[in-house]
Amino acid sequence: MRTWLLIIVLAIGTVLMKTIGPVLAGGRQPPAALTRVIALVAPALISALIVAGTFTQGQHLVIDARAAGLLAGAILLWFRVPAVLAMLVAAIVCALLRLAV
Amino acid sequence: MKWSIKAWPEGLRTSLPLVLPTAAIGLSFGLLAGPLLGAIPTIVMSAVVWSGTAQFGALTILTSGGGTALAAGTGLLANTRFLPMGFAIAPSMSGRPLRRLLTGALLADASFVIGHRDGGRFDISAIAWAAPPQYVGWVGGTIAGVSGATAIGEPTRWGIDVLFSVFYLSLLLPELFPERVRRGERQGSSHAGAASSGRRAWRPRNLRPIIVAVLAAAITLILTPIAPPGVPVLVAASAALIGLRTPKRPVTADADDDV
Repeated sequence: MRTWLLIIVLAIGTVLMKTIGPVLAGGRQPPAALTRVIALVAPALISALIVAGTFTQGQHLVIDARAAGLLAGAILLWFRVPAVLAMLVAAIVCALLRLAV
Repeated sequence: MKWSIKAWPEGLRTSLPLVLPTAAIGLSFGLLAGPLLGAIPTIVMSAVVWSGTAQFGALTILTSGGGTALAAGTGLLANTRFLPMGFAIAPSMSGRPLRRLLTGALLADASFVIGHRDGGRFDISAIAWAAPPQYVGWVGGTIAGVSGATAIGEPTRWGIDVLFSVFYLSLLLPELFPERVRRGERQGSSHAGAASSGRRAWRPRNLRPIIVAVLAAAITLILTPIAPPGVPVLVAASAALIGLRTPKRPVTADADDDV
């Protein structure tokens, strides 16, 4: 029973957080200052997601095989290698390092 | 009726490379949560919550002996980043509130990244079309996980988790260094249609996205050891508040000599 309660709360809460913005502020053009902020939300959040997905393990900061994989991917992307190929190489680098260590 | 992947909606095409990595992480979740929650609740959870961060967050609490309320709180806190995401995509949306609500519910990290365009605009149809492949991957992966697809072992061993970081980076770089990585070239030809006029031209340097990205990365690193999961990413979004300051020069002006 408690499990189902957890599932319901997580499902409703997640949908609420995703939809409050679209429902309340949808389709309206915000003031110029707010537009500039919104333009920067994407780079901020994407950068944070990359850091959280690469350099953290729970609440610990770590540098492991993922960092090497990301570095390899970043170098390839910088030289305009297609994303799918960069992802593949990053995963291979990461997996090889994990096998070796 | 010529069958061609190029005729597919852009969001669908762009998110296809994510099906397998999403399924792999869903499989991890199924493997870990199945024995604790039961097979059916685990699958239902992936189907109705559809959020890796919230589900892993809640699972971590449960496995470490925490109660249901704490697990729910942790899971929801991990998802608070959807609030700024929702408000960011809102101005680009149209249609009645119900339609906006349904589209907003399709929002996910990868769709947000896929749908974001220059200057704070979002391609809402790309966001919506990016959802099905990830949903199928997530739920399908979970089903495989609880069914005991242990033959390949823990998939995160094989470097699958780094795929998301590289994918996100591929969509962030064009925004930070527009003159370096041309949008029309990333992901092979998949964005050829989106590379319309002006994308190839050198643009004046706008340093703000770079500053914001570095600041957000620093905030995430500093807060990770001291804040609950999810909070660092939420607080990192506040780096965007730099935009409240009026730019000294309009970024469209000839500012290429900057730094």
